[in-house]
Amino acid sequence: MTMGEIRRAAPTRRRRKSFVERTIIGLAEAMEQSLYAEELAHTDGLLQKIDPRVKVVGMLALLVAAALSHTIGVILGLFAGALLLARLSQVPLRTLVGRIWVPVLLFTGVLALPAIFTTPGQPIAHLPLLGWAITAQGVSGATYLITRVETAATFSLLLILCTPWTHVLKALRVLQVPVVGVVILGMTYRYIFLMLQIARDMFESRQSRMVGRLTGPDQRRLAGASVGVLLSKSFTLSNDIYMAMQSRGFRGEVYTLDEFVMRRSDWLALAGFALVAGAAVIVDFRF
Amino acid sequence: MHIPDGYLSPSTCAALYAASAPFWYVAFRKITRLLSTRLVPLLSVFAAFSFVIMMFNLPLPGGTTGHAVGMAVSTIVLGPWGSILAISVALLIQALFFGDGGITAFGANCFNMAIVGSLVAYVAYRMIAGRAAISSPRRVVAAAVAGYLAINVAALLTAIEFGIQPMLFHDVSGAPLYAPYPLNIAIPAMMLGHVTIAGLAELVVSGGVVAYLQRSEPGLLKITAPGAVGEGDAEVVQRGGWRVARPLLILVAVMMILSPLGLVAAGTAWGEWSPEDFGNAQARQEIQAGSGNVAPPAAVPPGLAQVAGVWNAVLPDYDPFQSGDVNIQRIGYVISALVGGGLILLSFLLIGWVAGRMGRG
Repeated sequence: MTMGEIRRAAPTRRRRKSFVERTIIGLAEAMEQSLYAEELAHTDGLLQKIDPRVKVVGMLALLVAAALSHTIGVILGLFAGALLLARLSQVPLRTLVGRIWVPVLLFTGVLALPAIFTTPGQPIAHLPLLGWAITAQGVSGATYLITRVETAATFSLLLILCTPWTHVLKALRVLQVPVVGVVILGMTYRYIFLMLQIARDMFESRQSRMVGRLTGPDQRRLAGASVGVLLSKSFTLSNDIYMAMQSRGFRGEVYTLDEFVMRRSDWLALAGFALVAGAAVIVDFRF
Repeated sequence: MHIPDGYLSPSTCAALYAASAPFWYVAFRKITRLLSTRLVPLLSVFAAFSFVIMMFNLPLPGGTTGHAVGMAVSTIVLGPWGSILAISVALLIQALFFGDGGITAFGANCFNMAIVGSLVAYVAYRMIAGRAAISSPRRVVAAAVAGYLAINVAALLTAIEFGIQPMLFHDVSGAPLYAPYPLNIAIPAMMLGHVTIAGLAELVVSGGVVAYLQRSEPGLLKITAPGAVGEGDAEVVQRGGWRVARPLLILVAVMMILSPLGLVAAGTAWGEWSPEDFGNAQARQEIQAGSGNVAPPAAVPPGLAQVAGVWNAVLPDYDPFQSGDVNIQRIGYVISALVGGGLILLSFLLIGWVAGRMGRG
């Protein structure tokens, strides 16, 4: 790098973050989010006390009920139910707002907005200046999409935030996921954090040795090489893990400890989930 | 690209779960037989790798950044069946723990990205790479194009799944219940982002990784390179496949632009005459000129007249942009996607070259 290039690269004002920095931030955020979920899963709320199998089946039933609904009132009713569950499970409102509602509204909202003009139907208003017709069907369609996506995302987040991940994985057995699938998922989740750490270390070490900015082609070469290094590290890692497993007696069969026991409160909770999901479907069907 | 819950109807989700199930079953059987006890650690770590690279911010030509799915990378290194399983596991973890992609839409996301994406990447890579040596720049081009095609086919499938929702699922007033845009809006809207940013991200990561592995770990490229000709081209390895591959990439871009233009170009391709051409004086002249000055028969050959009606409504005159037929419009989108992709690829390569020259100057 020449002196001129170094001088040009000197940060005199707030500069745009390089792809290396942005990747480091993204990887750190993923780790942070997951640690927060683990912390919240161990608090003393309503959902946290329920058997994970009941939660997985119950939340899935509510998700399907929200997906099946043809009435905005029913979707909003389910959304209110999700809010109540969040409150009783000590999930802070700002977590829901920050992690789900605002991102979903920004993405799905922007995506759904043109539909109010493009959907054919009965015009209810016209846009000033442009004269585009807003149709009743367009507004309904956009509302269906936004409320449904918000409700479904809230249920999914509640399940993740109120259940330790090991329990979520074991609970997948009730959905007939094979044991080996559950073990692979569990190990994947565990090694994601190691890989995130390795990737972050790689980018940080590169960042700390870098002066100025890389050119576009160099950045792309660095990105390709980083993925390649990570790839060869994963093969080495998987060999090490395999040898470690073999030395501990692994012969190909996998088992999980099934420590879940259904209590009376769990049966009650299951009935509660079934009742709400069933009621939503029936009300929707009648209207 | 990751479809969230609420965009697809439960019946579409169920159909796509059902469509994915046989692929998962076959992939699982094949990989278990191949890897035996190594299955669990290898698949777990590779799924974790797939997850992590989906989070990378990849620098793209033109200064922007994008995320890749890594379908071609997984396929080239693990083979298509291993890739199907690894990406499916990564997608499930994303849906379950990170809220990226819906739980009810998991089958659809797997079908589009893990299954179709991996298979398209595999076919494209094998076809373009042929029997080229492991260190050949042709493999870099093959990987880059495989990644680009895989993500665009996956995006097209996603757009079709979105686009059929308002046709099939609406309330009594006609308001769409799920994704609200019909095919003629969903397909161009979806393809625009993927032909450009997302496609380029996939292209950069696929080509870049293969170029890197050629230099440092060529052994990892052997699974999907049976019959590759012997090594010995050490110079290519030293120079780096990416740079050597650039002229080939330009050639691919030019071909992508020219091939669809060839289809819509003026005149009729030899042998692709319609019954009407035999009655048209100008068309008769063209046929004669292109057939070694042998005059075409005065009347329509009876065989052609008989079979011409069997298949005449799908692509009349390759004139997709002026037709009201939805099928033709769809073909038109694919053609425009290819032309657009090639143009963008070429223009970014040009920008990169000019920027490089200016930077050196």
